[in-house]
Amino acid sequence: MAYSFPEEVLEYVFAFLSSDKDRNAVSLVCKSWYEIERWCRRRIFIGNCYAVSPQIVIRRFPEVRAVKIKGKPHFADFNLVPEGWGAYLYPWISAMARSYPWLEEIKLKRMVVTDESLELISKSFKNFKVLVLSSCEGFTTDGLASIAANCRNLRELDLRESEVEDLSGHWLSHFPDNFTSLVSLNMSCLGSEVSFSALERLVSRCPNLKTLRLNRAVPVEKLPSLLRRAPQLVEFGTGAYSAEIQTDIFSNLVEAFSGCKHLKSLSGFWDVVPAYLPAMYNVCSRITSLNLSYATVQSPDLVELISQCPNLKCLWVLDYIEDAGLKALSSYCKDLQELRVFPSDPYGAEPNVSLTEQGLVTVSAGCPKLQSVLYFCRQMSNAALIAIARNRPNFIRFRLCIIEPQAPDYLTLEPLDTGFGAIVENCKELRRLSLSGLLTDRVFEYIGTHAKKLEMLSIAFAGDSDLGLHHVLSGCESLRKLEIRDCPFGHKALLANAAKLETMRSLWMSSCSVSYGACKLLGQKMPRLNVEVIDERGSPNSRPETCPVEKLYVYRTVAGPRVDKPDFVWTMDEDAALRLS
Amino acid sequence: MCISKEAELELGLGLSLRSGGGGGGCVEVKGKGSAWGEYGRILTAKDFPNGFSAGTGRAAAGTKRAAADSVGSAECGSPSTAVSQVVGWPPIRAYRMNTLVNQAKTSNADEDEGVGRNEKKENSKKKINHGSDKNDTIVKERDHLGFVKVNMDGLPIGRKVDLKAHPSYETLAQTLEEMFFKHPSVTIRGGKEQSTQPFKLLDGSSEFVLTYEDKEGDWMLVGDVPWGMFLSTVKRLRIMKTSEANGLAPKFQERNEKQRARAI
Repeated sequence: MAYSFPEEVLEYVFAFLSSDKDRNAVSLVCKSWYEIERWCRRRIFIGNCYAVSPQIVIRRFPEVRAVKIKGKPHFADFNLVPEGWGAYLYPWISAMARSYPWLEEIKLKRMVVTDESLELISKSFKNFKVLVLSSCEGFTTDGLASIAANCRNLRELDLRESEVEDLSGHWLSHFPDNFTSLVSLNMSCLGSEVSFSALERLVSRCPNLKTLRLNRAVPVEKLPSLLRRAPQLVEFGTGAYSAEIQTDIFSNLVEAFSGCKHLKSLSGFWDVVPAYLPAMYNVCSRITSLNLSYATVQSPDLVELISQCPNLKCLWVLDYIEDAGLKALSSYCKDLQELRVFPSDPYGAEPNVSLTEQGLVTVSAGCPKLQSVLYFCRQMSNAALIAIARNRPNFIRFRLCIIEPQAPDYLTLEPLDTGFGAIVENCKELRRLSLSGLLTDRVFEYIGTHAKKLEMLSIAFAGDSDLGLHHVLSGCESLRKLEIRDCPFGHKALLANAAKLETMRSLWMSSCSVSYGACKLLGQKMPRLNVEVIDERGSPNSRPETCPVEKLYVYRTVAGPRVDKPDFVWTMDEDAALRLS
Repeated sequence: MCISKEAELELGLGLSLRSGGGGGGCVEVKGKGSAWGEYGRILTAKDFPNGFSAGTGRAAAGTKRAAADSVGSAECGSPSTAVSQVVGWPPIRAYRMNTLVNQAKTSNADEDEGVGRNEKKENSKKKINHGSDKNDTIVKERDHLGFVKVNMDGLPIGRKVDLKAHPSYETLAQTLEEMFFKHPSVTIRGGKEQSTQPFKLLDGSSEFVLTYEDKEGDWMLVGDVPWGMFLSTVKRLRIMKTSEANGLAPKFQERNEKQRARAI
């Protein structure tokens, strides 16, 4: 059939499609559209770096300008993935250096990045603009120096929560004197002092700087100087926010902050001295995002600050805020969309603050736009969860961590099944859920029945039997990521729902009861999955087949078994696959 | 909250794939004693015979590292609850835990191992030395995150070990030997096989020696100071070739080891 549109027109139309889903749909229409689309796709997102190989990506999409890649499973954040598991960036960079000379953006999460990779990035991509390293590790400040020195058009350098071997702060001084393109710099995870005068000069000469997140080493008395040079800042992260109280420091701060008419987001606040918080009051009315999760400040001071922020949309805070502070939050901040409350003393035997389920109930009642919650607390009840669910049916993300594993409803001593059941039944748009507390198979029945839009589920110390897991795998139609630890799930549900695993990005199970034999069987049955057994006790062949594996990571892939496995990872049925291919 | 010495792997669901049902395969693995032989006991339906009672099996499940709780009463003596013995729970990112530890204001004098400061981000404390007081004397941090990095000469990728899970140098050395050298012997009922002779990292008889970097940035041989003092001063570990360890220099740089070939 002849086409009415020339290719160029189709390409022009496709350029308006930014979502991957749309582009993927377009590419399935016909071969011709597949071809046109693949040549004009500029951004790719790889949710699991082992689901595909660099070669396959490059072969299909030859003209990419921006990549986003995720590596280790989420539970790596909590030390559940042994060091050396994988997620190395270098093979990607080395392949892209040859094939994507015009690459502009690299955004990574939980990948192992070396200085060699950073140096290769800095030398291979002439128009390189954006580097975001989120929770990455493996590199030093020398690698940063390469980026600073060689990326002449760099706009964004964001190291959020990465583990950087901090050799010195000298890397910042490698930005050349004629380098002026910086828009965003997040160095909050670094320890070393950078040369302050180099930082000042950098800030002065970059008129488009919108985001500046300093590290702890920058003292509060130096902030005014930076703020004065960057009154256009939209996002600002302080360093350590404490000093001996001196009135001139305070008044300088006040003045400097008032010069920043566009500030919307504040963070940092390590070692906060409460007396310095009021210095920010005159920007608070515009603030939409506040990260006080490192601020060890008591509730009254927090409430003082929050009461000045009526436009607050996102708040991250420690549990020092207490129920009383959350009540104040719910009355002052009617626009609140996201709340995260972190524990100040997670390992203490006794609660150190008066933060209970009540705080969450109050906020869910008072903040009509609240849609995303991460809440650590020490007690919960079904009644509270039911109330929360009824107050706030618009939750998209609900992550509750009751600190003691398997803690029951503290009022009735029953499991929290009905409470979480109410959450999934009422919150029909729920995409992410993290469970905690005492839970039986029943909660999974509720989840399988109601959580039809759920994409990510985190389970710990819950359930009775494989039936629980079966409910989830068979009922949650939108499930993409499932992570499970310390649950009595064996292989029955897994094997019965093996096909489901191909519709998901990944499944993690650690300290469960999945036998080695079952893993082998799963690997044999499902050639398009990598079934990785992670076991630091030595080869599973040295133990009976019925022995449970320590950790299991299953993910769909078109790249076959990994070639970079460490000696504590085995891919099931790898040998058979190799024999047959 | 201690796990018994003869931790058995129990498969409560006990389905052997070949027989299609029936009894639980039961594997008992005894190692050389203590830490090696202990697998975290995996929660099964057996743990909840009457449905649920709140106190049952709490935090007993966990990974191998947690299982080392049973060794040494020192761990049980600490004021932390069972929660702290479970790896990765509560689910707080290491980055955040390190910062909390650095900012902890209250002292915790009960821990007789001494209060450690085993942050991975060792520099964040060390390099801050501006103007006034501040966080220099945030003395008694409770160290809940006992993970330190361990690198070995010849291996490009390091590992991490949880120092809090060890009451002594011996168990630490044993764990490191298992991690970096051939896996040790496994006793299966009746039989006993020895894989290779064990490498002794502490007594100088091996070609490798265990060293650590302390708070001041100096590299020292492990084992010279009391365990508690070691815990409070160690930042990271390194398994060094004995030949290189003679006359350990301060400010030893462990970088630039780019050998691709693995030592094992």
